[in-house]
Amino acid sequence: MDFSNKYVLGFALLLCVVCSALVSSTAVALKERQDANKELDQRRQVIRVAGLAQAGDALPKETVDTLFESIQGRVIDRETGDYIDVPVASVDPIKESKDAEMSAKTPSEFKAAQVSRLSNRLQVFEVKTPGKECLVLPIHGKGLWSTMYGYLAVKNDLSEVVGITFYAHGETPGLGGEIDNPSWKAQFPGKSVFGADGVGLGVVKASAPRDKDYEVDGLSGATITTKGVDATIKLWLGPAGYGPYLEQFKTQG
Amino acid sequence: MDKATRGILLDPLHEQNPITLQVLGICSALAVTTKLETAFVMSAALTFVLVCSNTTISLLRNKIPGSIRIITQLAIIASLVIVADQVLKAFLFDTSKALSVFVGLIITNCIVMGRAEAFAMANPPVASALDGFANSMGYSVVLIYVALFRELLGSGKVLGSPVFASVSDGGWYVPNGLMVLSPGAFFLIGLLIWVQRSMTPTLQEAD
Repeated sequence: MDFSNKYVLGFALLLCVVCSALVSSTAVALKERQDANKELDQRRQVIRVAGLAQAGDALPKETVDTLFESIQGRVIDRETGDYIDVPVASVDPIKESKDAEMSAKTPSEFKAAQVSRLSNRLQVFEVKTPGKECLVLPIHGKGLWSTMYGYLAVKNDLSEVVGITFYAHGETPGLGGEIDNPSWKAQFPGKSVFGADGVGLGVVKASAPRDKDYEVDGLSGATITTKGVDATIKLWLGPAGYGPYLEQFKTQG
Repeated sequence: MDKATRGILLDPLHEQNPITLQVLGICSALAVTTKLETAFVMSAALTFVLVCSNTTISLLRNKIPGSIRIITQLAIIASLVIVADQVLKAFLFDTSKALSVFVGLIITNCIVMGRAEAFAMANPPVASALDGFANSMGYSVVLIYVALFRELLGSGKVLGSPVFASVSDGGWYVPNGLMVLSPGAFFLIGLLIWVQRSMTPTLQEAD
């Protein structure tokens, strides 16, 4: 069959319009449910990283809600470390970091994490469950392909790491994607956080000499992802990240 | 049922199985079969995409200009895949996380394009829908067979509930780590192809 060029163009145009209408209407219609799922998933991650549940536990919504009663979400001022009295859900540090009014440029010494701006307001989750007190800090930084979003949990006295997790990233499955691997993440709990000169916690290449109290083995075949995780930790625990808040929290208890 | 319909429905299950005979769609058969649950969801997603794409393309088959035939098929398949992915994210969030990119990769699953180009472009909608369904079933059967054995031998479980009590839970079964890795799936598919060709010698190629 022969079709005129006009027909071919018209057909292609119509096809595009119909397909995009289909795709966007599905996306819009399902957005609310997807967002609810995402929030629930993030709460689960906070609970797991804080060690309130085992990795294999199913954590249905009711359990998540009950466990979250002893977790207090707070908003803090990044530069001073003071609490800001607004509901935690009303603040979205990732979104605010894109707004020049509500964020500041990342200091050049932390440029390895490849986070260009830091929002002025940050979220923290203070876990008050008896015996499991800790601070859960949302963190993000760039790996090889993607920005990795996750949580780092440290003990209330900042002595050691409770856990780390990444809930969204686009690293190569099987290589950098192994930052999701429970046995890799298991290296973190118990590591010391702050050394004599600042943040000691980090990730180094498996063969490189390292300080066993502070540093964990990197992932083989994922050098850039590993460096990204290291830079992310250094950025967020440092003075430009949660540093001032952690300082205050420690002195005031 | 007449002979032609029977052929459309039954051939893809055995004599024209998309995975074991045509060796299409292998990558997802390796990637998402460590657990039975993900295999079921993946099969359902592929069935949805394949039936809908075959039907749509068959309805449009006399309208699609030959010069932009392939990209038209791709646009239709891609839209359906995005819809399937969005629905999974909304209703089966955990499984969709486990499937990660592989739902999106249905777009490049050769079975879908293959059936669109080979069957739907030349046949009426009902036959195309049946063909899509039958091919999905041929794919699903293999996926579920592989996933069943990988989950059973790799972690001693079926659908997440323990069947063989594994050593780490104080039982006797030492999970076979090879089954959890991709090569395990290769062995299982290889074994299936061997059994199938031994049972039906007509499927064997001449040396």
